[in-house]
Amino acid sequence: MAEMAQGNGRKQVGNGAILAACVVFVAAMVGAAYAAVPLYRLFCQVTGYNGTTQRVEQFSDTILDQTMRVTFDANTSSGLNWDFKAAQAIEPKIGETVQVNFTATNRSPNPTTGTAVFNVTPMEAGAYFNKVQCFCFTETTLQPGETLEMPVLFFVDPEITKAEETKNIKTITLSYTFYPSEPSKPVAALPEKGKGGDGKL
Amino acid sequence: MAGHSAHDDHAHARTSHDDAHAHDHHDHKLSFFDRWFKSTNHKDIGTLYLMFAIMAGIVGGLMSVAMRMELQEPGIQIFHGLAAMVYGFQGDAAIDGGKHMFNVFTTAHALVMIFFMVMPALIGGFANWMIPIMIGAPDMAFPRLNNISFWLLPPAFLLLILSMFVEGPAGAYGVGGGWTLYPPFSSTGMPGPAVDLAIFALHVSGASSILGAINFITTILNMRAPGMTLHKMPLFAWSVLVTAFLLLLSLPVLAGAITMLLTDRNFGTTFFAPEGGGDPILYQHLFWFFGHPEVYILILPGFGIVSHIVSTFSRKPVFGYLGMAYAMVAIGAVGFIVWAHHMYTVGLSLDAQRYFVFATMVIAVPTGIKIFSWIATMWGGSLSFRTPMIWAIGFIFLFTVGGVTGVQLANAGLDRSLHDTYYVVAHFHYVLSLGAVFAIFAAWYYWFPKMSGYMYSETLGNLHFWVMFIGVNLVFFPQHFLGLAGMPRRYIDYPDAFAGWNYVSSIGSYISFVGVLIFLYCVWEAFAKKRVAGDNPWGEGASTLEWQLSSPPPFHQWEQLPRIK
Repeated sequence: MAEMAQGNGRKQVGNGAILAACVVFVAAMVGAAYAAVPLYRLFCQVTGYNGTTQRVEQFSDTILDQTMRVTFDANTSSGLNWDFKAAQAIEPKIGETVQVNFTATNRSPNPTTGTAVFNVTPMEAGAYFNKVQCFCFTETTLQPGETLEMPVLFFVDPEITKAEETKNIKTITLSYTFYPSEPSKPVAALPEKGKGGDGKL
Repeated sequence: MAGHSAHDDHAHARTSHDDAHAHDHHDHKLSFFDRWFKSTNHKDIGTLYLMFAIMAGIVGGLMSVAMRMELQEPGIQIFHGLAAMVYGFQGDAAIDGGKHMFNVFTTAHALVMIFFMVMPALIGGFANWMIPIMIGAPDMAFPRLNNISFWLLPPAFLLLILSMFVEGPAGAYGVGGGWTLYPPFSSTGMPGPAVDLAIFALHVSGASSILGAINFITTILNMRAPGMTLHKMPLFAWSVLVTAFLLLLSLPVLAGAITMLLTDRNFGTTFFAPEGGGDPILYQHLFWFFGHPEVYILILPGFGIVSHIVSTFSRKPVFGYLGMAYAMVAIGAVGFIVWAHHMYTVGLSLDAQRYFVFATMVIAVPTGIKIFSWIATMWGGSLSFRTPMIWAIGFIFLFTVGGVTGVQLANAGLDRSLHDTYYVVAHFHYVLSLGAVFAIFAAWYYWFPKMSGYMYSETLGNLHFWVMFIGVNLVFFPQHFLGLAGMPRRYIDYPDAFAGWNYVSSIGSYISFVGVLIFLYCVWEAFAKKRVAGDNPWGEGASTLEWQLSSPPPFHQWEQLPRIK
């Protein structure tokens, strides 16, 4: 190998160095794949990508004369026996801060805990949907039969009327889905069942 | 190594003495086990890869024939029977099990063909065999790493096959989620261990490919013969260098994504589960960040091979050498920034869609450079239509057809209606099944005389080409019509309206399989008849270094390094 390098008349990096560089590079790419998780979340929050709504502390200081129809949608995941109802659709002025209430009732005989996730459609509107207060990502425990009102305090950013992609939006839908918050078991754990193909798809 | 070259001619004579040099010239005394299982010789490992690829290709091909038999007519023809036979389902359970089994076959067909047929054939097989010879190196940079790369593949393949026989969804067997393994179907949808086994199969074959890629990068960067600068290097070496970098950049991302999937499934993480704040779309981004470069990994070595073949049989140097080399670099680079064109229907913002449409279409420019340069190489050349050349021309034609439908599918607006239809199936089979596979066969006929020392039968080679050409076009061209008519992918059944072209497509699949049988017979015939090929059967057009060696080449070549002017 040394002879080759000489014959070539060029200074060579050793094979080991290239090997090491490649291994470091591969490790860095695995790291980058995992770094995508926080980066993706950050990216969604900053850009409102995929209908991620914005969280703010302050109310809007401008209120437009235009109104925006806002509809609400409530879902529960399978495995959570809750009755989850959305608020009635409203039509606030753009920039006006309004409060609506979602209600959840535990229909199961046990106390259960749920976590809500949300998004906004059309997805482009996510960046302009500002929530001052909401019940997202906080665990909520309901006793059997208990009903809870959950307030959402929000306003629609007046900037929505200026952006090219969003200026024609007339209706925004805020959707919540409640999931059981303690994962019952890892999905790969199989339920007990008889051997062979007695099940359905 | 070059210091020992004087002993080369005496290798046969030195059987009873001379332990001092045994480490250099022990080749002719190896036992079968030592030679093939503990091999560190790039040519032997290349041969192993090629045999493995042929075996996997037959397995994957039989799966596709089974699917075409199923789709030959509306209704369920064979998979309920297969499910009853293989899994012991009875009655209605056999119908349901058969439906899932069809999707298991599509999944396994894709994974087998991608990871265990095309990649081992092009990268592990032909590149392993020819890259060291073509750049004037005695062997790969890390021969034992090369051995590990190969021997990781059979266990990976077995893991994938095993996954077909363990529970996937409740009450059915195998992974039915397609090669993309999108959650939530691959997480909550299939709770059984089949998905875990498939993930392990991808991990192991990915590790094999990464080790191989490191080996190629080191070999090509460090072990070129004196005088062979990067800009004098054969285009096949360029293509493999670019491919190796793509592997190094993309495979770790796949490994990360499927590891997240594995922990989501087994350890309660929620990377892709919305209930814990995760996002299934993130998996699609990660997967396609790997998946799109992967399709270039499959085709780039083919580009390199076709350049050599077209040049050889036109008796002209390849037109626009530097343009050809840097077009491949450009395709590789741009290939990393177009991934979301697989995801137009997930709700990307309009601007994101605009960007991905544009970036995707840009790839047509370097690809066009390659196509036109091949045509310009042939232009005014002294053409001889030997078997490798007709495969190469077939490749250029079919790849162009697939490229044109690719440009159409790049449009987000059009893709919205064609997404997940047979139009997409037709598109990627034209570039891969008809593109990459034709490149593999072109390479096979081009280098078979060099690798074996025997000449194949020109008649059988031609027959193989025409049967295959007619067969695959009958399979996939009608699928354009089915896709445009709205037939979705990945279903065992379809409305009667789609029956006609599906029937044609199935007939094509049987013809193609006859082509595969002709191929196998052609290989057997060449070894049986033992027509001596000679060092260079292709004449003066074959100018790369492998044609200066004997056929088959000596066990250790270039003990006296060639000098490139």
